Amino acid sequence: MHIIVCIKQVPDSAQIRVHPVTNTIMRQGVPTIINPYDLVALEEALRLRDRLGGSVTVLTMGPPTAEDSLRKALTFGADRAVLLTDRYFAGSDTLATSYALAHAIKKVAEMWGEPDIVFTGKQTIDGDTAQVGPGIAKRLKLNQLTYVSAIKELDMDSRTLTVERRAEGGVQVLKTRLPVLITVLEGINEMRRGTMEAALNAARAQVTIWNATDAGIPELTLCGLRGSPTVVKKVFAPGARTEKAHQIETKGLSPAEIAEAALAEIFQRQPAVEADVMRNAESI
Amino acid sequence: MIDEKFDVIVVGAGPAGNAAAYTMAKEGLKVLQLERGEYPGSKNVQGAILYADALEKIIPDFREDAPLERHVIEQRMWMLDDNSYVGMHYRSEDFNEEKPNRYTIIRAQFDKWFSRKVRDAGAVVLCETTVTELLRDTRGKVIGVRTDRAGGTIMADMVVLAEGVNGLVGQRAGLRKELKPDAVALAVKEMHFLPRETIEARFNLKGNEGVVIEIMGTVTNGMTGTAFIYTNQESLSVGIGCMVSDFVKSDTSPYALLEAFKNHPSIKPLLAGSEIKEYAGHLIPEGGYKEIPELYGDGWLVVGDAGHFVNAVHREGSNLAMTTGRIAAETIVWLKRRRDPFIADNLAEYARRLEQTFVMKDMKKYKDIPNFLHAKADTVFGLYPRLISKAAQTWFRVDGVDKRTKEKEILQSFRKGRTLTGLIGDAFKLARAWR
Repeated sequence: MHIIVCIKQVPDSAQIRVHPVTNTIMRQGVPTIINPYDLVALEEALRLRDRLGGSVTVLTMGPPTAEDSLRKALTFGADRAVLLTDRYFAGSDTLATSYALAHAIKKVAEMWGEPDIVFTGKQTIDGDTAQVGPGIAKRLKLNQLTYVSAIKELDMDSRTLTVERRAEGGVQVLKTRLPVLITVLEGINEMRRGTMEAALNAARAQVTIWNATDAGIPELTLCGLRGSPTVVKKVFAPGARTEKAHQIETKGLSPAEIAEAALAEIFQRQPAVEADVMRNAESI
Repeated sequence: MIDEKFDVIVVGAGPAGNAAAYTMAKEGLKVLQLERGEYPGSKNVQGAILYADALEKIIPDFREDAPLERHVIEQRMWMLDDNSYVGMHYRSEDFNEEKPNRYTIIRAQFDKWFSRKVRDAGAVVLCETTVTELLRDTRGKVIGVRTDRAGGTIMADMVVLAEGVNGLVGQRAGLRKELKPDAVALAVKEMHFLPRETIEARFNLKGNEGVVIEIMGTVTNGMTGTAFIYTNQESLSVGIGCMVSDFVKSDTSPYALLEAFKNHPSIKPLLAGSEIKEYAGHLIPEGGYKEIPELYGDGWLVVGDAGHFVNAVHREGSNLAMTTGRIAAETIVWLKRRRDPFIADNLAEYARRLEQTFVMKDMKKYKDIPNFLHAKADTVFGLYPRLISKAAQTWFRVDGVDKRTKEKEILQSFRKGRTLTGLIGDAFKLARAWR
């Protein structure tokens, strides 16, 4: 079995600074980490490999320094790592990123075998779009399962996979055929600590580094800034606001009494809401 | 257990460990470096000033790609009382030389760079790996280490302990004693971000010029300690530190001390408008020469902070760390070439070589200073700054009092604060400790 995990090196969001004057994000000196959701994906991939055999390839697109993240993925036990780096990729939005990654995955498939599963985290903590995973699936015509909270069953004979997917208002149990792209939720596993052997191997491993040509990307105009229709209009640091808190007193402590008091207070302040709710209530 | 055996295992990836690992790897030794932090530098805290000379002897062309903030062209020494400072400034165009002598740096970045050099030189560097124990053979010679990773026992001919001030591995192995509270300082620092232009205007700088301010005085509440402000490209490093034993005795928290320091009327305007983004604390071994532990034994030696190599008077530490790391590495390479075993008798060469360097000479020169300062903390860090500030004010204030009377007043305030024998005694003791 061959599993590809797409990861992204992101600035540690806990330590990001916004320039006090220009309001731009100051990246200088901000430590980078592997996007935490991607670590969940990697651990899930490693578990499947440990159980069923095969190999795990970690893939990232980013600046040359993203090699640090790949090396770290190797210390956890990944089998190989590929860095996609080229000036042409600079400024990519999700459309351009999924384009480049999709082609890199094709190239990985050529070199080390067709992937059965491609993993990504549910989203990154710097972009927060959750678009790249589905974008890759679409471009590679893979089945896609997003927001997966558990992999219940993987049957390599029938090449089917059953997962739990968290959806609004409940959990869906979904079954699909391989190959598949899965984006995983946080908190479904805990990243392992690599063994000394894995750590030593990682320290010595060669990370495969590809530029756009190496990765066989046909249209450079679809990469980077040129291939990115998204425009950042403005970056700003939200200022502090003052808001008055208001305490609502209730007669009793039963849920009904608390709800009643809260509603009365809201309706008093927002008569329009009351009218709206009442109208809806009548129609029900 | 890993089958592979290394020539040398270096414990720690600070300046001492990196200097040692780099020097040995470059000479072709098979080196494994183990660091408990997430990345090299993640656990390391320093003001920080880089002294070029020590690094130049290891990586001559470091200026080409090392992440340096500003080169220091001006040094300010300030003595504070509650409302004022008395200062000496030295600024020279000579410091704008082609190869500047001192730089401000940000350690997290600098250490990453240094570690990359170590890896490029051929050493295997593993982070997030804590050495828990030294392995010894039946005769007590150190033959490897145990780590906290699964299957993480590794053998080596030689172990270099560059594990920093706390030195738990060495302590656990009985190679050194626990740190004494009066031999170690606790320093805290903050990074204050300011736009480049603001820093340059505020400190009268252009380009990558930098200023260093070293401060002593009443701001440490009569405790033995100093404070500092260093200019980086887009930030100021602001910190203060005192002996741990003094903190315990005075029941003061380092953070409260730093707050008071930042609000001092002479300091506050320098920090105005800055955004604090980082708070760090670290121990500094300041016990001096007398606290240096055993430096070597069968199969092991100690470098850097773990060896208590800090010159507290001159605020030097990382350069001593790099130098001891380099000398240790050179000794190991030399023994290896001669096929001499790494036993205590042969490793004594490390101590002999250290004696020839500024490291041991300076450590010895100032061996009595820690005791002097400590015994006189109240006087040196409280009374004298007050008296000197008062003297300056009396002298500069024009108020119709004639100069002779002013001189008398100043003299009297000193006599009142400290007896004549006390004054002479302090001067004499300081001179003797300084010698």
